[in-house]
This record gives sequence, C-alpha cells and structure tokens, in this order.
Amino acid sequence: MIALQLPALQVLLPLAAAPLCLLARRSGAAWALALATGWAVFAVAVALMLQVAGSGPISYAMGGWAPPWGIEYRVDAANAFVLVLVSGVGALAVTYARESLARKIAREQHALFWTAYLLCLGGLLGVTVTGDAFNVFVFLEISSLATYILIAMGRDRRALYASYQYLIMGTIGATFIVIGVGLLYLMTGTLNIVDLAGRIGDASLARPKLAALAFLTVGISLKLALFPLHLWLPNAYAYAPSVATAFLAATATKVAVYLLLRFGFGVFGHSQVFSRLPLGEVLLVLSIGAMFVASVVAIYQADVKRLFAYSSVAQIGYITLGASLASQTGLTASIVHLFNHAVTKGAIFLLLGCVALRVGQPTIERIAGLGRRMPWTSAGLVIGGLSLIGVPGTAGFVSKWYLVLAALERGWWWLAALILLSSLLAVVYVWRVVESCYFREPSPRLAQAPEAPASMLIPALALAAACVYFGLSTGFSVGGAAAAAASLLQALP
Amino acid sequence: MKSDRVLRVIAKLMIPFVLVFALYVQLHGDFGPGGGFQAGVILAAGLIFYGLIFGLETTRRIAPDWLVETMVAAGVLIYAGVGVVSMLLGGNFLDYSVLARDPVAGQHLGILLVELGVGVTVSGVMVTIFYMFAGRAGREPGED
Repeated sequence: MIALQLPALQVLLPLAAAPLCLLARRSGAAWALALATGWAVFAVAVALMLQVAGSGPISYAMGGWAPPWGIEYRVDAANAFVLVLVSGVGALAVTYARESLARKIAREQHALFWTAYLLCLGGLLGVTVTGDAFNVFVFLEISSLATYILIAMGRDRRALYASYQYLIMGTIGATFIVIGVGLLYLMTGTLNIVDLAGRIGDASLARPKLAALAFLTVGISLKLALFPLHLWLPNAYAYAPSVATAFLAATATKVAVYLLLRFGFGVFGHSQVFSRLPLGEVLLVLSIGAMFVASVVAIYQADVKRLFAYSSVAQIGYITLGASLASQTGLTASIVHLFNHAVTKGAIFLLLGCVALRVGQPTIERIAGLGRRMPWTSAGLVIGGLSLIGVPGTAGFVSKWYLVLAALERGWWWLAALILLSSLLAVVYVWRVVESCYFREPSPRLAQAPEAPASMLIPALALAAACVYFGLSTGFSVGGAAAAAASLLQALP
Repeated sequence: MKSDRVLRVIAKLMIPFVLVFALYVQLHGDFGPGGGFQAGVILAAGLIFYGLIFGLETTRRIAPDWLVETMVAAGVLIYAGVGVVSMLLGGNFLDYSVLARDPVAGQHLGILLVELGVGVTVSGVMVTIFYMFAGRAGREPGED
C-alpha cells in the first residue's frame, strides 16, 4: 500500500517534519528529526526511481480527484532523476551540518534553521514531483521563502542584504511564472501539465501563448540564475551559512533548470516554438555569455565562496547550452551536467564550510597554506576543482564530453572549441585556489588550525569521491539523464 | 492608548464580537463565504486590536509566545494529519471521502478539519508578525 503513496510521501515527509522541528525547539532534537527525514526522503526518491524504471510513469491523484481536474503528482524518468539528486544532496548536507551549525549559528536559532531547511527541501521536491502548473508555483514560493530565511541566517551582516536582493529578484521571477501559468490557463483551460501539452498544439502561435512562453522563460531563468539574470546569486551563495550554500548550490538552481526543460520541451515542445522562434539561438548566446563572462569574473574574486558562486553561473551556462541544442545528445549532456555539477559544487561548498570553520569567511589570502594544515579538506577541493575544469576521470569530463558530442553532431566545430576555451578559464580560477592552498606559507589564522572534524569531513569527502566515481562509472548518471532526455523529448517531432 | 476611556470601552465591547465572528467564519466556510484563512485573520485582528489598546505586555500574558509559536506549527500538523489519516484509511493523501462511512459526510468532515488547521496557523502567524513588529518599537536601530 505504501508503494502507491510514495509520490505524496516525497513531499509530505519534509513538509510535516518542518513544524515538528519548530516544536522540538532543542537543537539536537531538531537536527535528529531533520536527519531522519532527509534520509527517509532519499529512500522514497530511490524507490520512486526504481518504480519508474520498472513500470513507467506514475500518476498520483491528490485527494482522490482524478487528473486533469484534480492535482496530479506525476513521476517520470525526468523528474525521478532530479528527485534522487535533490534528496540525496539534501540528506548529505544534514548529516554534515551539526558541527558547522553549532559554530556558526546561535543555538536558539537551530530549530528555526532546520524548519526552514525542511520547508525548502519539501518545496523543491514539490516543484519536481508535481504535474500541475499552478502547484509548481505554490511549491516554488514555499522553497523560495524558506531560501530567503536560510540565506539571511548567515553570520555576516551582508547576508541580510544578499537575502533581500534575492527576495526582490525571486519575487519578480515567481510573479512572471504565475503570469505565464495564468496565460496558459487562459489559452487551454487546464493546469495539468500533461493535459496542457496535449492542448497547446491546437492553438497556433497566438499572442497569449507567446506571452506565456516569454513570461515563463524569463521567470524561470531568474530562478536558475541564467546570465544576465544571475546578479542575486554570488552574494546569496557567499554569505549564506555553509550548509545552506552547499544545499542551495546543488539543488535550487537545478530544480529551476528542470522546470525550464519541463516547460520548454514537455509543454511547449508540442507547439511549433522551436521551429518558428529563435528560442534555441537566444538560449545559446546567453549560455555562451555565462560560460565566458562569469568565468572571467570568477578569476578576479578575492572571496573563495564568491569565486565558486560565479563559477556556478558559468556552469549553469553549460547546462542551458545543452538544452539550447534541443537534441537527444544535447539534452542528455544538459541533464548529466545538471547532476555532475550538483555533485561537484555540493562537495566544494561543503568543504569550504570546513575551511570556514577554521578561518572564517574563506578568502584567497586566508586559505594560504591550507594544504599543510587541512590536507583532507584541500585534497577534496582539488578534486572538486578538477571536476569543474572537466579533467578526464572526473564527473565534469563526462558532461563536457557529451556537450562536445552534441555540438559536433550539429557540425558546430566552433561551439566545441568555445566549450574547451571556457574550460581553460576554469583552469585559471581553480589554479588560484590551488596555488594559495599548496604553494604559500600558512596564514596566521591557519597556523594552529587542526583538520576539520570527521563528522563534517566524511559527508563532504563522500561527495568529492562521487565526483570521481561518476567520472569513471557513467551508468547511473548518463543512463538516468538519457532516459530523462528521451521522456522530455517525446513531445518534439 | 490605555488612558483613553472611549477606546477602552469600545474595544471591550467589540472584541468579543470579533472573536465570535471569527468562529462563525471558520465554521461556516464550507457553506458560504469564509474559511480558515479569513477566520484566522479575523481572530488575530481581535487580538491585535486588544494589543493596540491595552499594550503588548498584557496581550503577551493572554497569548504567550510559546502558545502562538505552537499554533503556527500545530495548524500545519492538523492539515497534514488529516491527509495522513486518509492515507491510513486506504485513500490517497487528503482524500476526505474515506474519513466517514458516507463519502459526502467524509468530505464535510475533511474540509472542516483542514480549514481548522489553516485557521490555527494563520492566526498564529498574524499574531507572531504583530509581536515581531511591536516588540521592536522600544529598541534603537542597530542595538540588536
């Protein structure tokens, strides 16, 4: 019986555990509850993925109201893959968090932090699992509001400003999304995504449909920090608590990318958007802009967290680049990179949390000599860095390989060259970190610092090891991504 | 504002009616306009009105912080709890039809309980927001 209820449990568990955390009040109890919930949610996601792999898409009628009238939760190869990713990183971040939170956040705020964290997790999973366009908006708001709280909890006072900046941008994005959904409803009379996809082909390229597409694309692009709509991201990542940064960097933008793919291919794929509008070209130009501009800006950052935040903007460029090619290989590359980048950035930001524990806000100056004082942490950072560059044997290489394949499939040699060129920029900014870690005398702050506690190192290094594992064994990541791409592309002719 | 007799008398006269009206809106929501959200706001408005006239301290004695905070969480739990019960009874999440032997009665019961949860959380949140703003009034900016 429980197998039939899994889609609801996926969202229900974190959303119901959140108020319990608030009631628990005590730091330890709230953490234990979040930990149990995190891993339970991950188990549910894995079970869902196995079910989908075994017997095809699952449809769950909320409240017993049959779709398309009621709210449908729909799990197919595409979102099952994203669910596993989000809940997996979510669970690892909770496991890691105890020590980091104890030093960085006032004790009486811990229960509030876990409440917000679980709400954010529940919201992100909800966006992914639901098959109802308006439900998407509701869950997006749940996760966004919780995200603003998480960011504002950073010790640095600039965290408040960063959170406020994101609040304004995020609200504009959410408003655009709901306007887009409203226009779709106006055109088709339905909110169910599968039903929408079936009906949207009827009406030709009417104005409201174009407006809906425009609003949705811009709104979702704000959420996923597509260049040049990324301005909220660097500050938010830099000043949020380390746990929150790692969790958000690995999940929030990825869920937004999934949403873009779902609406772009799953809904609008049925109309003639791709053949009649230069949507792919626009996305292509913006992606290349992100890959180059954000990478160059990253090179000049003094704050390591900001450096990797800008690198995130650049890496999101690769993800959208794959999507802009609108082919099976391109979309596979996009989704593989979505996965690989989440793993890589999750590892890097968790490790930076270990560094922050010893030196405060990590800057290039302060991490000088890290290699000698915290050998495990800095080794993990190097692995993450190599994966960002795309060195063979790491996860990043796999995604770039598929991206280059997709570009060559089109016969676009210049694009393949651009992908490789922008990787060289990644070499520069990663080298700045490595150089400071290994080739300088330890900074005074680091002189006496011991290695980070094992409770933080193990989850962080597990993710770093995953960067290598998914670089060598691509069965899960590429297999899952290819299935996801195929299920999204069913719509296109 | 405690010294103003007119305000004090009017407040004492009005607040009971505000609270009863909140209950009416809460329980009548499934037949007419209203429901948990509106009722929660009206209930909180009654309390905030009291707070404006008789001061924050007195209000905090009637509705202490722990109670308000518990209400915020409890409402969500009531909502989710109804869903879980319907799952345990063999239906889907929030399928009210299985809550009673007669599906129509089940739908009635379900929506009533869910709206109760909404009302509890909304009034809790509204009062919390009031406490947050009112509590800051005496402090200098930057003291925090």
